[in-house]
Amino acid sequence: MAFLEIEHLEKSFGTNRVVKDFNLSVAKGEFISLLGPSGCGKTTVLRMVAGFESPSTGAIRIDGKDVVKLRPNQRNIGMVFQAYALFPNLTVAQNVAFGLKVAGVGRAEREARVVEMLRLIGLPDKGPSYPFQLSGGQQQRVALARALAVRPQVLLLDEPLSALDAKIRVSLRAEIRQIQRELGITTIFVTHDQEEALSMSDRVVVMNGGVAEQVAEPFEIYNRPATRFVANFVGQLNRIEARVIAPTTGEIEIGGTRHMLGRSLPSGDVALALRPEALHMGADPARELNLTGQVTEVDFLGSVIRLRVDVAGNRLSADVFNRPDAPPPALNSTVTLSASASDLIILTA
Amino acid sequence: MPIRSATSRFRFNPHWLGLLPFALFTVLFLVLPTMKIVVGAFQTPEGSFTLNNIRGLNTPSILSSYWVSIQLSLVTATLGCLVGFMMAAAVILGGLPRWVRSPLMTFSGVASNFAGVPLAFAFLATLGPVGLVTLWLRQEFGINLRAMGFNLLSFWGLVIVYLFFQIPLMILIIAPAIEGLKREWREAAAILGATGAQYWRMVALPILFPSLLGTFALLFANSFGAIATAFALTGPQLNIVPIKLFAQIRGDVLGDPHLGYALAFGMIVITGIANGLYIWLRVRSERWLK
Repeated sequence: MAFLEIEHLEKSFGTNRVVKDFNLSVAKGEFISLLGPSGCGKTTVLRMVAGFESPSTGAIRIDGKDVVKLRPNQRNIGMVFQAYALFPNLTVAQNVAFGLKVAGVGRAEREARVVEMLRLIGLPDKGPSYPFQLSGGQQQRVALARALAVRPQVLLLDEPLSALDAKIRVSLRAEIRQIQRELGITTIFVTHDQEEALSMSDRVVVMNGGVAEQVAEPFEIYNRPATRFVANFVGQLNRIEARVIAPTTGEIEIGGTRHMLGRSLPSGDVALALRPEALHMGADPARELNLTGQVTEVDFLGSVIRLRVDVAGNRLSADVFNRPDAPPPALNSTVTLSASASDLIILTA
Repeated sequence: MPIRSATSRFRFNPHWLGLLPFALFTVLFLVLPTMKIVVGAFQTPEGSFTLNNIRGLNTPSILSSYWVSIQLSLVTATLGCLVGFMMAAAVILGGLPRWVRSPLMTFSGVASNFAGVPLAFAFLATLGPVGLVTLWLRQEFGINLRAMGFNLLSFWGLVIVYLFFQIPLMILIIAPAIEGLKREWREAAAILGATGAQYWRMVALPILFPSLLGTFALLFANSFGAIATAFALTGPQLNIVPIKLFAQIRGDVLGDPHLGYALAFGMIVITGIANGLYIWLRVRSERWLK
């Protein structure tokens, strides 16, 4: 049964509809990411769950209780903000204890909870410090401890990693996920960073123009995008224009060369998509798609080499592992790339 | 290893020249006059050392003038801070239309510098014994301000006149500080269960405290040293220190410049104490600042 339910949620600012018929069911203890570009409505959804924005229509239920009419301080929700939002005039310990203090929790219990929370985030000695004395990563961990100290029903994370540098971001996202699993707290995480969303979440909601385009597990989102937008937004994508010769057998023509995919396709012209890592160097008769073209670019990225190959006007990117015994092909050389029909994504919507 | 000469380390930076006019101005019109006041307060007209000028302050009339000045400054600074803060907060945080803000700030800029004879005349013309508002209230509504105890030429009358520039000054200074309150702090407090009052008591006001304190000190000093408005409004009859001081130094036969120096020295001491108190409180309240 869903712990957090969002039904037919809509939000308009004047004539601008920023969230359109948004629906989501989140199980208890689940980690859900709202992923999308700026202005897609993900933060507005989060702020409606928090109570900072009122929905134009729709329902938000937490543990079966409709919270739409409740003020933020009545919802028992924890939130971590992008810019930390620690109270600068309070020490770390006072920040963490803030929610407990306003709830009237006794001093002894407050202090015990602060110790527990600071240990949880790995900053047991920072209680007397002020926020300005901490690094960005430490401040965000304190913000997490502050949000969790009140034992909220739901934790909302509003792009909490985007203000941090890349290295801290990677380590902190693992920490956040570990703490979330440890506490089993239902979490909604807003981000525009697909790597964060895919690596941390049980499920990802990809949003565009106020609409949830796809709600699925990260593997599904990446490998079987439901819409053209999801396919383009999540990960790198090669787009191949093809003409379907035989829809039932999946015979297609790309740049005058025919290929038998062995799967049904819509008739007419289709746009096919392939992830760069689904293309392999060299011809392979076991794979349905063998494409020959000219190397136009070779990017050495360390463990991976990214090739750009022109195949009958389609500019394809192929990621191949760097192997010291197999140097990358030379620029302007002719290569054959192969791919399995099952890796092909047919872009429809 | 190259050795840098001592002269290269102390090479003259021409950018310092930019500060020269300000430095000259400060020395000529602040440092030297202050020194002259301090020295003069301990000198006889012949130039020898004396404590008689300071002892001369210990008369009921002068002590009373200090007390009235301190009361006037405290009242106008307190009311100016309260009203100005509420107005600035209403405009910036209170959800009032954005178009209200620009005229208010412009008006505040003008009104905070509107003092002296024009201000006194404006108030006499409106709230004086035969002022427009006084007569209008009497004729239209039968409200007789004078019969109700209001007199523009009294302590509270002066308070109202001073508030005309104290409130706008507060608005001008506190508005940027209020704008500095991050929306996320209010939201973080709310999501943690705090009411609006708890947020103001535990977060917003402590953050604003140094600014409020600083503005209060400024308003106090602004009121304590003001003379033109008070003199234009009441003449020499109001017993405040600046008017007493003016009477001693204006050069008529009753004047005693060295008592004037002592009076000014007393003002420096009082504003010094007020500023010392402000700095001490500010340091205490700013431990959390970088």
